[in-house]
Amino acid sequence: MTADVATQAPEHAPKTARSDRARSEARLGWWLAGPAFVVMLAVTIYPILQALYDSLFNYRLTAPDDKAFIGLNNYKVVLTDSLFWQSLWVTTLIMVVSVVVELVLGFALALVMHRAITSLRGLLRTAILVPYGIITVVSAFAWFYAFDINSGFINHWFDWVPGIDPNLNWFAHQGTSLFVIIASEIWKTTPFISLLLLAGLSQVPTELEEAAEVDGATWGQRLRRVVLPNMKAAIMVAVLFRALDAFRIFDNVFIMTNGANNTNVLSLLAYNTSINRLEIGLGSAISVILFLCVILICFIAIKLFKVDLASARGEG
Amino acid sequence: MRTMTPKLRIWWGVITVLVLVYALFPVFSIIATSFKLPSQLNLGTFLPKTWTWSNYEQILTGSAKDLFLPALRNSIGISLIATAVAVVLATLAAYAIARLDFPGKRLILTTALGVSIFPVVSIVTPLFNLWRNIGLYDTWLGLIIPYLSLTLPISIWTLAAFFRQIPWELEQAAQVDGATPWQAFRKAIVPLAAPGVFTTALIAFFIAWNDFVYGISLTSTSAARPVPAALAFFTGASQFEEPTGAISAAAVIVTIPVVILVLLFQRQIVSGLTQGAVKG
Repeated sequence: MTADVATQAPEHAPKTARSDRARSEARLGWWLAGPAFVVMLAVTIYPILQALYDSLFNYRLTAPDDKAFIGLNNYKVVLTDSLFWQSLWVTTLIMVVSVVVELVLGFALALVMHRAITSLRGLLRTAILVPYGIITVVSAFAWFYAFDINSGFINHWFDWVPGIDPNLNWFAHQGTSLFVIIASEIWKTTPFISLLLLAGLSQVPTELEEAAEVDGATWGQRLRRVVLPNMKAAIMVAVLFRALDAFRIFDNVFIMTNGANNTNVLSLLAYNTSINRLEIGLGSAISVILFLCVILICFIAIKLFKVDLASARGEG
Repeated sequence: MRTMTPKLRIWWGVITVLVLVYALFPVFSIIATSFKLPSQLNLGTFLPKTWTWSNYEQILTGSAKDLFLPALRNSIGISLIATAVAVVLATLAAYAIARLDFPGKRLILTTALGVSIFPVVSIVTPLFNLWRNIGLYDTWLGLIIPYLSLTLPISIWTLAAFFRQIPWELEQAAQVDGATPWQAFRKAIVPLAAPGVFTTALIAFFIAWNDFVYGISLTSTSAARPVPAALAFFTGASQFEEPTGAISAAAVIVTIPVVILVLLFQRQIVSGLTQGAVKG
C-alpha cells in the first residue's frame, strides 16, 4: 500500500522533472541489475545457440576436419533411434512417478510439521532438512550400497518379502534399478517440496478452516474444499519446479547404473554422446531436444494448469 | 495449543520416529559403510562387525589421498568463488529490483526464472567444445563460469524477496536524524539486509557444492575436478578391491560440514527457500 502512495505522488510533479528522475532511476537500475542480467544470458543463451548451430553439422572431435553441414540430419538420426525413445520414456516415467510420490509424501510431511506443537516442529524441520543438505551423488551412493548385492543389507533385512532374497541383484533389471533410482531421487528432494507446501499451508486462512469445522465438515472435506483450493498456487509451483528438475535427472542414474539395463535417461544420453563419444553434432541435437522438452513441459503447465509463475513466486 | 491426550501423545511419538528414520536412515547407512573393513563389506549387515578408521586413513593419508584431497580443495574453492560472485551480482540486481522503478524489472526476474529451469546438460556440450578451444577446460574458471548459471538465478529471486521486506524508510529516517547517506545505509540498512545476503550465500553454496554434471564433463584431472565428480573415479586400494569403503568415507567427510551448516541455520534456510518461491 505504502509503495502505491509513494509512486503515485510524483504524478502531480512537473512532467519534465518526473521523466528526468524516471530516466536516471532507470539508468541506475540497469547499471545495478545489468551485470547479473548479462551474465545470466551469457551462460545460457550463448551455449544453447551454439548447440543449435553445431547440431546442424556432422561434427566429431575425433575427426574435426570432416566437419560438414548436414542440415537436420542429426535430428533425424536421433528421432529414429530406439535408444532415444527408450531414454525419453524412462525419463518421463521417473519424472511422473517421483513427482506424484513426492507430492503426496511432501504434503504429509508438511501437514505433520504444520500441526506439530512448537517444540516438536523444530525437531521435525531439522530432520527434514538433512536430505536437502546431502549431495545428490552421496545420496546415490548411500542407496546404491544399501541395495547392492555385495555390500548391501536390504536383501538380508527384507528376505521375508516375496521376490526379495539374498541373490536378488537390484541393478541387473530395469524395474528394480529404476525403483532404487527413484527412491534416492524422492528421498533427496521431498524436503524441498514439503517446505514449499508448508509455506502454502500456512497461508490458508485459519478462520475458514475453523468455520468449516464448526459447520461440521469432516477432516477429509475440509482438506478437499478449504485447504487444497487455497494452496493451489503453492502446489502448482512445487509440481512444476520438481517436474523440470526430475526431467533433468543425471546424478542418480550415472552412479547407480550408468544407463545399463534400459535405464538410460536423456541427460545421460546427451552426456555420453558428446563427452564420451565426442560426437558434438549429434550430442548438440540431443541437447536442443532436451531443451525443447523442458520448454514444452513449462508451456503445458502454464496453459493447462494456468500456473502464473511470476505471481506465484511473489511477483503479483 | 490444546493439551494432548495420552493417545495423541503416542501418535505424535510414532510420527516423529517415522520422520526421523526417513530423514536419517540413508545417512546412517553410508556412515556405517564407511567404518566397515573391506573384507567384511559383504556380510550383509547394517552395522560394521569390526569398526575401523582404515577407509578414512586411505583417503586422507593413504593411497587415495591424491584423488580426494585435491578434489576437496577444488570443491571448496570453486564453490566459494562461484557463490561470492553470484551473491555480489545478485545483491546489486535485487537492490535495484526491490527499490527502484525501472522498465525491464520483470524481464530480469523472468530471465532468472528461465535460467533456473534450463537443462544443465544442454549447456555442457557447447561449453565442453568451447572450453577445450580457449583453454578453460579442466580449470577453476572453467567451472566457476557455468556454476553462475546455477547460483545466480536463485540468488536474485531469494534476495529480491528478502529486500522487499526491508523497511527502507528507516534510511530516510536516519538521514533526517542527521546521519550521512553512507552512515544511514550502513547503520540502518546493512544490519537488516545482512541475514538475507548470508542465507542466499548459503543456499547458493549448497547448489554449487552439489553439482555433478559440470564437474564431470568439464574436468579431466585433479586440477579442477570437484568432489562429487571425483567420487565417481575412485578406485580400490588394489585392483581386486571395491572402492566402497573409501567412497563412503569421502562421502561422509563432504556431507558432515554441510549438514552442520543446515542444522545451524535451518530457520534462515527455510525462509530463504520458501520466500523466493511462494508469496509470503
